[in-house]
Amino acid sequence: MAEGSGLSMEFVSDVVDWFSDPSHWTGADGIPQRTLDHVWLALLPTLIAVVIAVPPAVVLAHRHVGRFFANALINVGRAVPSFGVLIVAAIFFVRAGASLRFWPAVVALVALAIPPIFTNTYAGIANVSPALVEAGLGMGFRESEIIRRLELPVAAPVILAGIEISFVQVIATVPLAAVLSSGGGLGQYIVRGFAQGRGGVAETFAGALLVALLTFVLQRLFAAGERLLVPAGIRRLTDQTDQAAT
Amino acid sequence: MTLAQAETRPLMDWDWVWRNLDDIWAQTVEHLVLTGIAIGVGLLVSLTLAAAALRWRHLYAPIASVSGILYTIPSLAVFAFLAPFTGLGLLTAEVALVSYTVLILVRNIYTGITGVPAGVIEAADGMGYRPVKRFFQIELPLAAPVIIAGIRIASVTVIGLVTVTSLLGLGGLGFFILDGLRRSILFPTEIIIGTVLSAVLAAVVDLGLLGIERLITPWQRGRA
Repeated sequence: MAEGSGLSMEFVSDVVDWFSDPSHWTGADGIPQRTLDHVWLALLPTLIAVVIAVPPAVVLAHRHVGRFFANALINVGRAVPSFGVLIVAAIFFVRAGASLRFWPAVVALVALAIPPIFTNTYAGIANVSPALVEAGLGMGFRESEIIRRLELPVAAPVILAGIEISFVQVIATVPLAAVLSSGGGLGQYIVRGFAQGRGGVAETFAGALLVALLTFVLQRLFAAGERLLVPAGIRRLTDQTDQAAT
Repeated sequence: MTLAQAETRPLMDWDWVWRNLDDIWAQTVEHLVLTGIAIGVGLLVSLTLAAAALRWRHLYAPIASVSGILYTIPSLAVFAFLAPFTGLGLLTAEVALVSYTVLILVRNIYTGITGVPAGVIEAADGMGYRPVKRFFQIELPLAAPVIIAGIRIASVTVIGLVTVTSLLGLGGLGFFILDGLRRSILFPTEIIIGTVLSAVLAAVVDLGLLGIERLITPWQRGRA
């Protein structure tokens, strides 16, 4: 408890002071702009990863090929440290003389977001009951209709759970991008606070509050959106079951 | 800290690697130690919580939802939350890492034990097993694959997170990532070594735990 005194009212008032400083609410370094940056830096890579990962996963799972690859991908994705990927991506941008503020983070975050989306999409489609597919064939569905009207709606909850896992992981990794440059959304406050040692404790703590709050709010919004995207009949079936384990 | 320079050194400077093998080995060991502490303490905490949840079933939902919320808080933010209380160092890192293991471990211990078929329990009772003996000789071994699956996921997750603890001034392979970044001219070799070795370490630990699972659950062999 070396910093026991740091826990005093003084610390609380330092944090309150930080939040009530008007300069922290305006400009490119202000809380509103950094919050927007953070949301955009989380949303864009997730969307790109969906576009890259979902179509091949759907086609492969529909044909029941590549199960080993789908399982291996999630394990590799888990083993590779996100902090390292972020900085390795930066190396290549530095070599190209590009800015480090945005794109290295986007590239690294897309790479991190792909495995859970791919693996969940694959599992969701591959686990659609063969009886359902046969029923579809019996009704005269063409292959594309089976995918579009049968497999995708049935697999929707599992696919969306995968996207949610990736999205939460990406939101959590955005702050690490602050180590690279002036970017990193709200993470900038944390990294800057750390760099100042004990003098930056209030800023670090304020940044952590903002990051945790934003993560919580975005995850809740995503979960609400998920309910809208899952067909009502499927929702009733799957409400009881747990989402796929990460 | 801003990197503006476009020049970097070669991607892989193998000379640097050979010259620093000792240091690389030491940081790898440090990485394993930091991971081991987190998994060890996390297991103790999770076993306690899971035992409580098994005894009083209504506790499971609140335990799962609190640890679920903890799990979604970004690691950097957890370090920052703890810093005013526990300082910038080992304690902060370990408290954060342990909190990440708890969700995975409690869930797997609890579902592993509750997943033991009721018929098996009845058979054991019929054979005269007392509850404590039944727990250690029947329920725990049957739940072992699920519990070890949890330990594998927790270990791999923590190995990745330990790279971030370098921001708190701790060692481990993240030290190389941060050091390579903070040189006046970006040094890719260090960054790549830190990242690749961390991934390799995660894979090795994962396979090692899989091997242990095979060893202690011989009845599972031959199943897919």
